[in-house]
Amino acid sequence: MRMAGGVGAASDVGVNHADGRAGGIDGAGRAGGVDGAGRAGGVDGAVRDATGVFVGFARTLAAAGLAVGPGRTAAFLAAIRALDAANPRDVYWAGRCTMAAEPDDLPVYDAVFAAYFSGRTRSALRPRQRTLQTTVPLPARDDEAARDTDAGDQGETPIVRARASVKESLWRRDMARLTAEERAELAAMIALLRPGLPTRRSRRRRAWRQGAIDRRRTMRAMLVAGGEPGRPAHQRAGRRPRRVVLLIDVSGSMAPYADPLLRFAHVLIRHRPRATEAFTIGTRLSRVTRALAQRDPDQALQGASAVIPDFSGGTRLGEVLKAFNDRWGQRGTAHGAVVVIFSDGWERGSCDLLAEQVARLQRLARSVVWVNPHKGRDGYLPVQSGIVAALPHVDHFVAGHSLATLEELLEVIRGA
Amino acid sequence: MGHSGVVSPFADPDSLARALEATGYLPDAGIATVAYLAQALGRPLFLEGEAGVGKTSLAAALAEIRGSELIRLQCYEGIDASQALYDWDFPRQVLHLRAVEAVGGLTGGDADLAAVEQALYSERFLLARPILAALRTPGAVLLIDEIDRADDEFEAFLLEVLSEFAVTVPELGRIAAATPPLVVLTSNRTREVHDALKRRCLYHWVEHPSLEREVAILQRRLPEITEALAREVASAVGKLREADLLKPPGVSESLDWARALSALGAAHLDTRTAALTLGAVLKYREDTARVESAGLEKLLAL
Repeated sequence: MRMAGGVGAASDVGVNHADGRAGGIDGAGRAGGVDGAGRAGGVDGAVRDATGVFVGFARTLAAAGLAVGPGRTAAFLAAIRALDAANPRDVYWAGRCTMAAEPDDLPVYDAVFAAYFSGRTRSALRPRQRTLQTTVPLPARDDEAARDTDAGDQGETPIVRARASVKESLWRRDMARLTAEERAELAAMIALLRPGLPTRRSRRRRAWRQGAIDRRRTMRAMLVAGGEPGRPAHQRAGRRPRRVVLLIDVSGSMAPYADPLLRFAHVLIRHRPRATEAFTIGTRLSRVTRALAQRDPDQALQGASAVIPDFSGGTRLGEVLKAFNDRWGQRGTAHGAVVVIFSDGWERGSCDLLAEQVARLQRLARSVVWVNPHKGRDGYLPVQSGIVAALPHVDHFVAGHSLATLEELLEVIRGA
Repeated sequence: MGHSGVVSPFADPDSLARALEATGYLPDAGIATVAYLAQALGRPLFLEGEAGVGKTSLAAALAEIRGSELIRLQCYEGIDASQALYDWDFPRQVLHLRAVEAVGGLTGGDADLAAVEQALYSERFLLARPILAALRTPGAVLLIDEIDRADDEFEAFLLEVLSEFAVTVPELGRIAAATPPLVVLTSNRTREVHDALKRRCLYHWVEHPSLEREVAILQRRLPEITEALAREVASAVGKLREADLLKPPGVSESLDWARALSALGAAHLDTRTAALTLGAVLKYREDTARVESAGLEKLLAL
């Protein structure tokens, strides 16, 4: 549901789209739940009318991005029936515990509740729409694209050869300096990366031909043999995927890399959906794991950009890493994980805070990998204040400006 | 879902709140409402919140007011059905088989064999783990603690049990709950629990209590402390929660702190007693250093 909302929203028909979809659920009811004229004061109307109002509320929440489908709507209606539908407090809690699913949903729920039941539906949806309008595509670099087509017109090299050389050079080229066409090709090549990701020992033991005695299987075999002792069965610890956490800087200075890096994250998430987490960092922390979990890379990227409010903004790495550590890292997301930070280290905030937070992250995580696309450039020296502060607390410092370096990065992650 | 057999003994959220208060658990309006809905609709309750806000004690209080048992399943990595549901007592089965042999019970004959086999897989040798125990205890409260620690395969298994409130033991048949237990799941959000499981539950984010409620909780749980001390502790803990610490103290920490102070015979929280007992609330060296460098007086100012 959330996915559908996100994608529809990205094509700036979010609200109407939700209406159309909802209309299918009960076409006869109050059509256009979200457009809702004259909705105020509906709480204590006739029963059927009230149901329409509540269903409209659920649809409004879905349009605002909550994962509300028919199942949750039905649960909401059942909860209201068990309580007092005329009491706003009961309606509030009935809706909150049936239709919100995580702490991030709560502010949205509160805003929609306040707006919907005071008849100001449109303003409740406006923040979401504003977010959508900021989902600008990555800078198209028209100048380069134009230059390239000019060159193409003049060129007389055979097409086949040209394409082969493109692929070869793409492998080592800086991802920020590509034409639109090359970027499309790069995207296709990223989708072909086959990550082999790290594993760790699991507590669950598996049958094996040697190792510790497996008491249960030995007993079972004895039981089958009528109690006669036989050969002991053995077991060993199994392997589980180790968690990988990707923190991708999407601030202005990293903007040209954001698209390929998000695609890279998409490949990893699709490969290990349960053991990979992706966040974008900039001026704010946004979790994009859920958006990037879709199969189609372009839809996944569209979904991700819908949840990133700070594309091409400034950088406050220290504060954002602190937010990550507080809200996710310390609770367990970073425990024993391989944490990969993609950033050029431009820090507008305090570098002391950044150093402190990277150090904290290193204590929580198994290893911290810092990927700096600029490291691949000739004559690069790690002199940006942020990098200088963070480097002492980083286990691996690698480049990440080209496909070749991304492949090397996969190697580092695997061994970390 | 719809369990028509479920009759909530409480008519509305307020009467449930009063019953919870009588046990020493002081709920706010949100908790009382969702707990009431969980009983009335027969849906599991999914609680999330900072560590130490009282998720587990809510389950204990609910068991107390229902006059039933609290059955707890602590999740961990690698937990599987044999630890959550049921298991056969293999050593005792072997022992039984040997005993039958020794007394010459196995003299041949198919009827004999069948009887021995049936005895082996009977109720006698079944070890009921928490979920099966909860299904067989009428009105039980089943606490599934820290579900985020279990593997995702286990979630799928739980989903199945929670939608049917019944399990099938191949040797014995289907065991269904006469009255479904009240299920409380807790999570510390170390990873996201699958949406399908959440959809089946009522979700509630548990907040730290307000100052007044915390004072009331302290006095209720620790009758030996004075109201002044309770108020001082609650206000200091409230400040600590806003002080941007690695681990903000929960209600259990403020209870520990008040207990420590009362064990030292302190009637008031002052800089001396606070410095001595700070270890009861702050569990990280960085946090202690930060609070001490900011000055304990600031923390104590009412």
